[in-house]
Amino acid sequence: MPKPKVAFYWCASCGGCEETVVDLAEDILGVVEKVDIVLWPVAMDFKYKDLEAMADKSITATLLNGAIRSTEQEEMARLLRRKSQFLIAYGSCAVSGGIPSLANQFPREQILKFNYEDAPTLGSGGPKTRPQLKFAEAGREVSLPDLYNVVRSLDQVVDVDYYVPGCPPTPNITKTAITALLEGKLPPKGSVLAPDIALCDECPRKKSKPTNVSFTEFKRPHQLLANPELCFLAQGVVCLGPATRSGCGSQCATGNMPCTGCFGPTSRVRDQGLKIMSSVCANVAPKEEGDINKVLAGIPDPVGTFYRYGLAKSLLRRKVNLPANGK
Amino acid sequence: MESDMNPATQEAFNQGSLRANAAYQSARRNVTINPITRLEGHGKIDIFLDDKGDVERAYLQVPELRGFEVFCLGRPAEDLPQITSRICGVCPTAHHMASTKALDDLYKVEPTPAGRRIRELVYNTFMLEDHALHVFVLGGPDFIVGPEAPPAQRNIVGVIQKVGLEAGKKVISSRRRLRELIAYFGGKVVHPVLGLPGGVSKALKPEDLPKFKQLAQDGLEFALWTLEVFKKIVLANPDYVKLITSDAYTHKTCYMGMVDDQNKVNFYDGKLRVVDCAGKEIYKFGPQQYLDYVAEHTEPWSYMKFTFLKPRGWNGFVEGPDTSIYSVAPLARLNVSDGMATPKAQAAYDEFYKTLGAKPVHHTLANHWARVVEMVYAAERMVQLIDDPEITSPEVRRVPTHVPKVGIGIVEAPRGTLFHHYETDERGLITMANLVVATANNAARIAMSVEKAAKGLIKGGKVTEGLLNKVEMAFRAYDPCLGCATHSLPGHLPLRVNIYDRRRNLVRQLVQE
Repeated sequence: MPKPKVAFYWCASCGGCEETVVDLAEDILGVVEKVDIVLWPVAMDFKYKDLEAMADKSITATLLNGAIRSTEQEEMARLLRRKSQFLIAYGSCAVSGGIPSLANQFPREQILKFNYEDAPTLGSGGPKTRPQLKFAEAGREVSLPDLYNVVRSLDQVVDVDYYVPGCPPTPNITKTAITALLEGKLPPKGSVLAPDIALCDECPRKKSKPTNVSFTEFKRPHQLLANPELCFLAQGVVCLGPATRSGCGSQCATGNMPCTGCFGPTSRVRDQGLKIMSSVCANVAPKEEGDINKVLAGIPDPVGTFYRYGLAKSLLRRKVNLPANGK
Repeated sequence: MESDMNPATQEAFNQGSLRANAAYQSARRNVTINPITRLEGHGKIDIFLDDKGDVERAYLQVPELRGFEVFCLGRPAEDLPQITSRICGVCPTAHHMASTKALDDLYKVEPTPAGRRIRELVYNTFMLEDHALHVFVLGGPDFIVGPEAPPAQRNIVGVIQKVGLEAGKKVISSRRRLRELIAYFGGKVVHPVLGLPGGVSKALKPEDLPKFKQLAQDGLEFALWTLEVFKKIVLANPDYVKLITSDAYTHKTCYMGMVDDQNKVNFYDGKLRVVDCAGKEIYKFGPQQYLDYVAEHTEPWSYMKFTFLKPRGWNGFVEGPDTSIYSVAPLARLNVSDGMATPKAQAAYDEFYKTLGAKPVHHTLANHWARVVEMVYAAERMVQLIDDPEITSPEVRRVPTHVPKVGIGIVEAPRGTLFHHYETDERGLITMANLVVATANNAARIAMSVEKAAKGLIKGGKVTEGLLNKVEMAFRAYDPCLGCATHSLPGHLPLRVNIYDRRRNLVRQLVQE
């Protein structure tokens, strides 16, 4: 029997997901033995037309990381969808937009203006020039792709079968996901391939989690010396553990920093940010507006705090006046 | 001009000329490798030929931009070490550390002695494992397997065949163990979380010290072994040495790098020293002065910006005594320094200059060797830091009290000098963020390297078969990270080369994913 074909592909991402695959280290040899890797741009040569020539559904599984922010990425996502039996959104950016989708709060014009006109390092290099989509000098014409206003998650572009969360996912859940695929032991379509319980359940600080928490102030992480044993919520530090899926091994808590939510919500939660916001706000001690505002001053950037990895996929999605698909 | 032909004749004429043009085009393009595919997320080189078929102009384009500076606006400064690390998953620790140092400056708080040592330990461990990745996986295969070897062998598998399976396992397991140290302090190895103003989030427990002592010793042994492998395979081969010193890979530019108060190479802290193309110190400055020395030039054909030495002004893509272009990364760091701060690295440094000649060495490919010299320093520094009794102190952080305003943090990333500059309101919310990343500092020199390689390799319209590999080698020596450069792409270099004849027809396309 021929080995199952597996493809890896990356869109708008930082390369950290690829590093995780490499971090399987000695384990990667076991994976390589069992599958035929047909596409892995980081590590192997490949031609677009070779992929196009493959029969539809001839790739068993494609693990795609990165958000979708350009026509080329959208095309590749569609092509890989057609060629694959299973398309897996791998890592926060593909699952829910990731950190790049924080840009959905800002118009593209502002990004271009800062980078090519306002940055303090500009200004003595002759005229300030913006990159041009078509540029010609002496009859030589070169072109650049346009930038889109809005960053999208993979499933906002094509149908996705499974999700592997995390920024980046851990080698462990990656190994578990690949094993499940190879053995055909898969949960229902649309499932997230990670434990479906909140992070608090596996957190080493769980015992000190207050059952009846009441916030009189919120501390930002640099404003206190965090006790390395005690639940962050008990220390007045916002931790996204209660609204975040487990499976990472509580890495950030082990580094003595609160969870920022990169594994996304459990299956019972539609919007991770709303979930943690409602839970935090319900437990603010003061009842008068002025006093409430004083407490909430400890969370000065609610979007970046509660939607750090999932703005594209959230109910908020983007700044209201940005067209979803527009240039 | 109105045509006086009747419409039917005109139509037939038009059809005929369309067919003729198509036939001509297809004859012209018979050496095209691929149709133009729209691989936007890739580095792209457009080469234009003149009447004689020689290279008139080559453009290196970087086609994307993510806009981190803008979407960090309004966010709490203390979140930036974690947000900006997402610029690059290959060198997240460099962004994390530059950002954390910017927070020290923002809040005017000195890290505690243990906090500083832990940061430096994590940072040198990162430099060692990241340089090892480049030497054995990304760029080094060109030399270890050989520049003439088929591309299919110029990868980690080819390296393992050349150095042996045991040695290959040593590389994999050494990197894994080094990355475990980063994860111990950083929680995560990709996108660590340890950095806060005034120190780090986590202390080293005394009971965990012995295993890290052993790791530092093993790391040093690994670095010295890498140096031997490099010497045995690369330096013992006169052809390789000839290639390294060949004119096609030589540029006389200025250099920038961080040095300590003895002018020795330092990755984590110090002043930036700049030497001209004769090796003379022309500037030395601290982070606060970077805007007086570093400026960015823009071109309409790329999203990437090109840095240059501000006091000299932008003089174009030129080399020589008047150039305002400078280079960064391993070779530049060695060129600006008076030596290495540790003995075994100093010996390797001496041998480097004894072999390649007086400072500064202008050979781009010498970056590979300089990188191995730096691995030895990083490992020796790890040993020093882990042997320092202060390293297990529980006092790893000071809580800042100063009202924040401006913070600038600089480190030497594996790929060169990295600047993070923030301004905030009194609550520490970002009002301006400016990032000048390692590869941007090398962008102008890289663009020159591409044009030089193209000019040297394309004559009379004849495109040499090895062009792409030769251009790539010029690239890979810099270990460029276009992800960092545009805050957009991952840390590796897919590449597309288009060649146009004097009629501006695409005559050839080469793709390296």
